[in-house]
Amino acid sequence: MWFLTHAWLIPALPALSFVLILVFGKKFLGPTRAHYIGIPFVLAAFVLSLLTAGAWISRSNDHVETEAAAMSGVDAKCSEIAAAADKGPEVFEASLAGETKASPAATTPTEATPAVEAAASEEHPSQPVVRCASWWQNDDSVFTIGTIIDGQSVLMLVVVTLISLLVHVFSTDYVNGDRRYTHYFAFLSLFTASMLFFVLSQSILQMIVGWELVGVCSFALIGHWWEEKPNSDAALKAFITNRVGDIGLLIGVIILFFESGQNWSVLDINTKANTGQIGHTYLLVASLCLLTAVMSKSGQFILHTWLPDAMAGPTPVSALIHAATMVVAGIYMVARLYPVFFHGLSISGSSVNAMAVIGSVTALFGALLAFVQKDIKKVLAYSTVSQLGFMVTALGVGAWTAALFHLFTHAFFKACLFLGAGSLSHACHHSFNMVDDMGGMRKVMPKTFKTFVIGTGALAGIFPLAGFWSKDEILAGTGGLNAANGTYTFALIMLLLAAFCTAAYMTRVIWYAFYGEYRGHGEPHESGPRITVPLVILAVLGAVAGFANLPKSIGGWKLPEAISLRFEHLVEPVGVFFPGKDAGFTHAGFNVGLALLSLGVAGAGVYLTYLFYWKRALKPLEGLAERNKLAGAGKNILVNKYYLDTLYTTIIVGAIKGPIAKATYWFNQNVIDGAVNGVGRNAVKAGQFVYETIDQQVVDGAVNGTASIASSTGGGLRKIQTGRIQQYAALFFAAAALLAGVFVVVIG
Amino acid sequence: MFVIQFLMLSAILFSIGVYGVLVRRNGVLVLMSIELILNAVNINLVAFGTSSGLSGQVFALFVIAVAAAEVGVGLAILLMIYRNRRSIDIDQLDELKG
Repeated sequence: MWFLTHAWLIPALPALSFVLILVFGKKFLGPTRAHYIGIPFVLAAFVLSLLTAGAWISRSNDHVETEAAAMSGVDAKCSEIAAAADKGPEVFEASLAGETKASPAATTPTEATPAVEAAASEEHPSQPVVRCASWWQNDDSVFTIGTIIDGQSVLMLVVVTLISLLVHVFSTDYVNGDRRYTHYFAFLSLFTASMLFFVLSQSILQMIVGWELVGVCSFALIGHWWEEKPNSDAALKAFITNRVGDIGLLIGVIILFFESGQNWSVLDINTKANTGQIGHTYLLVASLCLLTAVMSKSGQFILHTWLPDAMAGPTPVSALIHAATMVVAGIYMVARLYPVFFHGLSISGSSVNAMAVIGSVTALFGALLAFVQKDIKKVLAYSTVSQLGFMVTALGVGAWTAALFHLFTHAFFKACLFLGAGSLSHACHHSFNMVDDMGGMRKVMPKTFKTFVIGTGALAGIFPLAGFWSKDEILAGTGGLNAANGTYTFALIMLLLAAFCTAAYMTRVIWYAFYGEYRGHGEPHESGPRITVPLVILAVLGAVAGFANLPKSIGGWKLPEAISLRFEHLVEPVGVFFPGKDAGFTHAGFNVGLALLSLGVAGAGVYLTYLFYWKRALKPLEGLAERNKLAGAGKNILVNKYYLDTLYTTIIVGAIKGPIAKATYWFNQNVIDGAVNGVGRNAVKAGQFVYETIDQQVVDGAVNGTASIASSTGGGLRKIQTGRIQQYAALFFAAAALLAGVFVVVIG
Repeated sequence: MFVIQFLMLSAILFSIGVYGVLVRRNGVLVLMSIELILNAVNINLVAFGTSSGLSGQVFALFVIAVAAAEVGVGLAILLMIYRNRRSIDIDQLDELKG
């Protein structure tokens, strides 16, 4: 329990390492030894994550019967429902039904109760552990920051720290001698810390912070070699494309915050979405906005264009971005707020929704793009786009566990493939061009070759490697053959085509990189142990990770409970904060026919590519693009990446730079400036009028008039002021005489 | 009853005095004219004093004393004016002309 309540240590360690490397790295350790700080800290975080996972496993074996009791691990000050659970079962039930004062959006409170009973009767509710501290307080709104520990976050803790650790080790060889070695390791640490901070987010506000931190770190690392213009362009592109989606994230989060009664807590929002306390329209709008964020962060079709360009960064960074941090953030966010999407997009019982369509289109279109790439890393990048499409589709069709399971297995084999590509380029003088600079490497780099082949097999979904199990679960989850949550036949067809393409393009990579004659220059050599050991570890994990979630029964042959569906049991939440059976959330069983079909499709992809490259048996297809107009046009579209970059840079940016900017300038000059100048001119005129009329004439006139009256009066009176005493005396006597006369007349 | 003769005398003296003050240019003569005016007043005081005790005559004595002092100051001023300007022409003393 200690590990579950002190999970904040896990992101704190790499964050501390970031600070230490920045402050002391270069000064005390010299320019080549920053990993002396980075690796121990990440290792410590990894060990802590493993211990946390162990604690979580033992906690999920402690069964509790009621939902209210399952809230015992949740700090009451971070969550309304936990606070209600503390006050007794009646208050808890009432809060689920939306009868508290704090939830004005209660629309259909009756939906709540059956879900609780069903969950309590069959499956034991999972017991998340939430801890939080006040971050800041404004009047009576408290903003908390904290950790949420449940299966999902524990899974991510282990995956992120493990991949990060291996990437650290790999980097000590790969970027050895780089001029910004210290800076590189500092940002690796911060990247890891940000992602850990993100996955532990207890409130959606904290989630935004983690999300943006991850974006900043990816910007810094993609642009690590910023001296070359394309690299800094790629970094900017990644950052700016992500900003587009971030707007969606902000809007979605704001909607959720207000509609859940001004509540940031993930658990509360999920519960309220689940029990119908947030209106369906709000959920729909919020989930579409959040989907935009996922499209940019997780590289979904039309906003995926930054992801292949992000290959400009060092290869270990690509591995980290694609396997553990950054791109899976979008998947994680959807999984974390799943009730919002599940109810908002009406996933259950439907046959099409925005998320499933975007995911399946991405899966196929990304895979097609991989065929025309010469750069081995770009092939892998498009493969990531495609695989992320698989995950988004899985979430879109209601196969929550399948999506996270695929995330889990994909992390291992994709990191393995990326690091393998790094190892290849390390041998081939830092070239990634597999068509022109590689070939025949299987003889000189046996370890890299073997691990790469295992990674490829796992990615293509070859039995019994990891990808087979997770991909098959997604295919089954679409319900195209056996109705699960809905019947997403369109998604199933797209994913099968994508699976075929995946197998084919990965075989193409193997041909170019490892077979044929060496086409580069110099003598390639196998990489050192600091590169091959992480490769071997990842290949082994990529081979066996699929056994974490074996199905209950394979074609009637039942597997023992102890080894089947372990992943689902540990990771998938059960409770009021997750859609239950009554909301239509079901699991698709293993379907032998579908598994054989997907295996056959993958096998066909491998075999056709084998015939094409190795045997040269498909002569009619060779050079088809040159001979056939239609095929040529198709290839052209692929080479130009569906003209999306043209759309963005030429049409949108060009329009903004060209006509729109000009129009804005004209408007600015004529209308706004005209208004401003008009006001100015009128003000001058008014001022002039006031000066001339009021100031000069009225005020000055009054002053001058007074003065001139005084002056003329003085001038008049001056004349009698002769200075001659006798005259004064004469006047005096005259006046006295006059007065005397008056007296005489009046008195007499 | 025969007060009227004194009053007539006093009026004549007063008028001569006023005439002297207003017309003469010589400062000393102006002073002397003032003395005439004062004496005209004295005559009046004494004349009216016959019907009402001694107070008229007492006031006349006061006036004579004050007039003596006044002539003293007046002559001193005239002396200083003469020293400064070598003239005691009153008409030339128009420095206060506005």
